[in-house]
Amino acid sequence: MATIEARGLRKVFGTTIALDGINLRVEEGRILGIIGPNGAGKTTALSAILGLTSYEGQLTVLGRDPWNARDQLMRDVSFIADVAVLPRWIRVSQLLDYVAGVHPRFDRAKAEAFLAKTIIKRTSKVRQLSKGMVAQLHLALVMAIDAKLLVLDEPTLGLDILYRKQFYDSLLNDYFDKTRTIVVTTHQVEEVQDVLTDLMFIDRGSIVLECSMEEFESRYLEVMVNPEHVAAARALKPIHERPVFGRSVMLFDGANREQVAALGEVRRPSIADLFVAIMRRPKDGQ
Amino acid sequence: MNSPSNAESGPGSATPATTTPSEAGASDPGYNNAATRPFYWSVWRELWENRSIYIAPLAVAVVVLFGFMISTYGMPERRRGVLLMDPAKQRALIGEPYDVAAMMLIFTVFIVGVFYCLDALYGERRDRSILFWKSLPVSDLTTVLSKASIPLLILPLVTFVIIVATQFVMLLWSSVVLLTSGLAGTTWTRFNLLEQSLILLYSLIALALWHAPIYGWLLLVSGWARRATFLWAVIPLLAITIFETITFNTTHFIRMLGHRLTGFAAEAFDFQGQHNPDIHSLSQLTPGRYLSTPDLWIGLAVAAAFIFAAVRLRRYRGPI
Repeated sequence: MATIEARGLRKVFGTTIALDGINLRVEEGRILGIIGPNGAGKTTALSAILGLTSYEGQLTVLGRDPWNARDQLMRDVSFIADVAVLPRWIRVSQLLDYVAGVHPRFDRAKAEAFLAKTIIKRTSKVRQLSKGMVAQLHLALVMAIDAKLLVLDEPTLGLDILYRKQFYDSLLNDYFDKTRTIVVTTHQVEEVQDVLTDLMFIDRGSIVLECSMEEFESRYLEVMVNPEHVAAARALKPIHERPVFGRSVMLFDGANREQVAALGEVRRPSIADLFVAIMRRPKDGQ
Repeated sequence: MNSPSNAESGPGSATPATTTPSEAGASDPGYNNAATRPFYWSVWRELWENRSIYIAPLAVAVVVLFGFMISTYGMPERRRGVLLMDPAKQRALIGEPYDVAAMMLIFTVFIVGVFYCLDALYGERRDRSILFWKSLPVSDLTTVLSKASIPLLILPLVTFVIIVATQFVMLLWSSVVLLTSGLAGTTWTRFNLLEQSLILLYSLIALALWHAPIYGWLLLVSGWARRATFLWAVIPLLAITIFETITFNTTHFIRMLGHRLTGFAAEAFDFQGQHNPDIHSLSQLTPGRYLSTPDLWIGLAVAAAFIFAAVRLRRYRGPI
């Protein structure tokens, strides 16, 4: 059974179509990255998955309808909505007491072990902690919950690079195992490149691209083209071209590797480059 | 320590779409589940978040005690004078500061309750922490009920304890002041702390039940409004009152509101034809009559409706 399965998932706010009938399937044990510009529908999709908003169409998460069974679903799902949502008045010790008291799958000793690696004091209030420490605290709580699905909506927004690196390292090393599924949305596309197993681009409420990272690496090629081969390269119809230090860097979709290797230096594209390429591409029919 | 060993073998053995597992630890096979007490911990959350629940009445109690202590200057002479009057007058005069202390604390706690309710479902939306609370397996019903329990259960309890403690300290103090004149016992005989405490307990319960729809209304407004919760709570009531006066030249609505604020006393107590609210004996309590007053049950039904609506609102409303 897929962890998340959506068919025709649609959400309209007044006259704005936030999600335009998307189909989605996330298998167990995958780490999916949802990338998209602001207003693309990422947060709406996650809200629907987490039972925070109603929707049209079909959606099941771990076999349940999230809108109708949110509180039961939250035993198996944890999420970090944003770096800043922990209540500012609460003490770390009170937070631990509360989560331990209401969540059947919370391991308090584990959370305290994670916190012991930080400089966060048990008696501090959240408002006394820096942004990075709040993120560490929230992550410590979430990683101590034995959930089947973890959803992270821009979890490292505004954090410095040390915290961001530590965040994903902890997540991969201390939390992720093949039975857990993680869904991440982020603008910091580069740093999740090595973390993801699956990729999804979303724009204006629709899924623009969907592939596994293996597919991504075999299908898309980036070539730094030698100046004398530029015309030949253009004839192969790259999906994107940009100048870098006077040379042309082209992105190819499904091109033959040997053919392209003759034109210049071939390398793996970054997700960011592919994202820009696809977003800038004229829409079908135009 | 929980070991996340998973007896399920993979995508084939699906988590069943369950019917209604109870909130306290229904288990999927293979996962350890601790027993949970969501309601208990949600009430604690409210107490941690809103310390005014106990700090405000404590502060008022301290002020009352301080004022009382100052007022006992010259007490022995005044007491001798009072003891010459008839027993009913004695009881009234000697008990007065205690009744005043109790009423001030009850009034304080009512204000605390009103402002608590106005913020209860609003604060968590405004600071976006609702996204954290909703990430935990606590239902909207449990959360709203835990918030409703503050003005209906916790505040009356806190008030009761603080009032009785304050009155006890006042009694001790008055005994100390009167000790040398040999009149120390006269306060204790005219103001029977045990009987008065029982009357107080009954009054607080009766009052909480009577005011339930007020708190329900405020909770509903706090769950709905995006700003200025106080205005949203008061102005519609004002608007209805004015509309009724202008259109029908009647005052039913405002009188209903006034009745809802103060009307419980007429049904809960037997004033024996007197006009002053001096309840001095357990025999003046009329729980039977009170429980058969239709207005009480209508109020409770309205409170339940408001709370039910607040639960639905919490489900639909996200951060502001």
